[in-house]
Amino acid sequence: MERRPHTKVQAFAESWFHGAALACAALVLLVMLAILAELVHHSRLSLVKFGWKFLASAAWNPVTGEFGAASSIFGTVVSTLIALVVAVPLAIVIALFLVEVAHPRISKPVGYAIELLAAIPSIIYGMWGLFVLAPTMAVHVQPFVGKLVGKLPLFSGPPMGIGMLTAGIVLALMVLPFITAVVRDVFALVPSVLKEAGYGMGATTWEVTRKVTMRHGMRGMVGGVFLGLGRAIGETMAVTFVIGNDHRLAASLFASGNTISSTLANEFTEASEPVYLAALVELGLILFVITLVIQILVQLWLKRLKLRLGAEQ
Amino acid sequence: MRLRTAWPRKLTNTLMEVVSGVAAAVGLAALAWILVVVLRHGAAALNWTFLTGLPSPPGGSGGGLANAIVGTLMMTLVGCVIGVPVGMLAGVYLAEYGKGRPFATAVRFLVNVMMGIPSIIIGLFVYTILVLPIGHFSGWAGAVSLALLVLPVVARTTEDMLALVPNPLRESTLALGVPHWRATLQITFRAAKTGLLTGVLLSVARVSGETAPLLFTALNSPYMPHSLAGPTANLTVTIFNYAMSPYANWQEAAWGASFLITIGVLALTVTSRALIRERVR
Repeated sequence: MERRPHTKVQAFAESWFHGAALACAALVLLVMLAILAELVHHSRLSLVKFGWKFLASAAWNPVTGEFGAASSIFGTVVSTLIALVVAVPLAIVIALFLVEVAHPRISKPVGYAIELLAAIPSIIYGMWGLFVLAPTMAVHVQPFVGKLVGKLPLFSGPPMGIGMLTAGIVLALMVLPFITAVVRDVFALVPSVLKEAGYGMGATTWEVTRKVTMRHGMRGMVGGVFLGLGRAIGETMAVTFVIGNDHRLAASLFASGNTISSTLANEFTEASEPVYLAALVELGLILFVITLVIQILVQLWLKRLKLRLGAEQ
Repeated sequence: MRLRTAWPRKLTNTLMEVVSGVAAAVGLAALAWILVVVLRHGAAALNWTFLTGLPSPPGGSGGGLANAIVGTLMMTLVGCVIGVPVGMLAGVYLAEYGKGRPFATAVRFLVNVMMGIPSIIIGLFVYTILVLPIGHFSGWAGAVSLALLVLPVVARTTEDMLALVPNPLRESTLALGVPHWRATLQITFRAAKTGLLTGVLLSVARVSGETAPLLFTALNSPYMPHSLAGPTANLTVTIFNYAMSPYANWQEAAWGASFLITIGVLALTVTSRALIRERVR
């Protein structure tokens, strides 16, 4: 062979390209480890001073240097729960509409529009929540609910508009498109033979959906819910605008509260004391660990699902 | 045999169909409500001075956000210039070199996990490595945090798109004696061109609306950014600061900035989706 390429040069380029690709892949691993290490390192003042009590204490006093994560964790959990309670049933019936009820000519543009909801940046949700939804809640929704069930501690208190409930609703709107997309795909993936068998027995659309489609796609739907959970739990800007940022624990959904991310967004740049800063970083560490665990569970769950689906086919 | 009457079941069915239609309408109404509010308030705030002027003091009038527009463009551009090649190379490793290796499986897993890490945590991380040691906020730190958000998205879409390229194409290229790196860049990439572009556009759309990571890194500034060395003005943090202020002219400017961000992000998203559809066709 006379016209062989410059083998040495080629081999050199090949090894460099391979090396660069490997390095970039390793960077992902490195960054994840570095995030954990850096967050632990910079929260050590607070870790040492408060220990495990940090998780249980509701104190948050920058003047005396007393900090605890309880109210932030509580707010994060409650706002996420409200979001899921609102968004999950809504997502399931929207998916039902898109897959089973509507004509493709309608369901395509509707599905597209709902996916666009996912593209809107969270700060825009915040603006809308603060200037449009919160006043609406204060004037129309909360007085009405207060009149109806105001005796319950869950719905007591003045109708301020901002607060836990409003934050939960904004979050619900933000995670709705993600959960809807997953549930829609799960519904569409159910083998039509199964559905047709149901219809052949004389079942109605709703009966087939409830007893065949949803039961068959249960695992996939759980995956979708967890995906939404992961989104809602770390959401920052939309929540910061409407939650009121108050470190007291309150039973009422009308009351102001705070979440881990809203506290970070609000207080980080004004934290002057080293302990204050360390406590905020530790809040970040808690959020990181929570989302890490959720994401790992979701990925494992989805992976197992794919394997099972592959085995069935 | 006792026949069950059909009408209660049919009624439930009709009821659920109506409920599902109403739910879809609620989703649509939410989108329409948000868009209408942003467009109406935003259009009222927009004018030539808004796009070309510098911010006015609180309570004053006029003024614009040219500095924030320039800052957002600069940081998004630099963030993508760093994040896109790194993400693509990582995706190339996953799809071309690491197939079946435990290391690649671990990285693929972590890429998915990293996409779900809240952006505010990325901001916090970059603060601890680039702001604390240097001693001041900077646009570079902002760009790096955006790059870290771009990285997993681009890596994931690159891998997915390269995996869609049929294997015989790779094999026939390699059989001609073309080295793997050239085969990847000149043949496989070309075959997956549209998909890769879509991934990049989607990640740009995602980061250009990000606020939380910039809060701790780029912060904000009332001046026109000439470099990324100091605190850098940007649209999203400006929206946050202005919306929370009690001044009417600042709140109006926040709406104007929201308008620009929304239009920009939606345009990018719609474009990339149109590209996907073209590829499928």
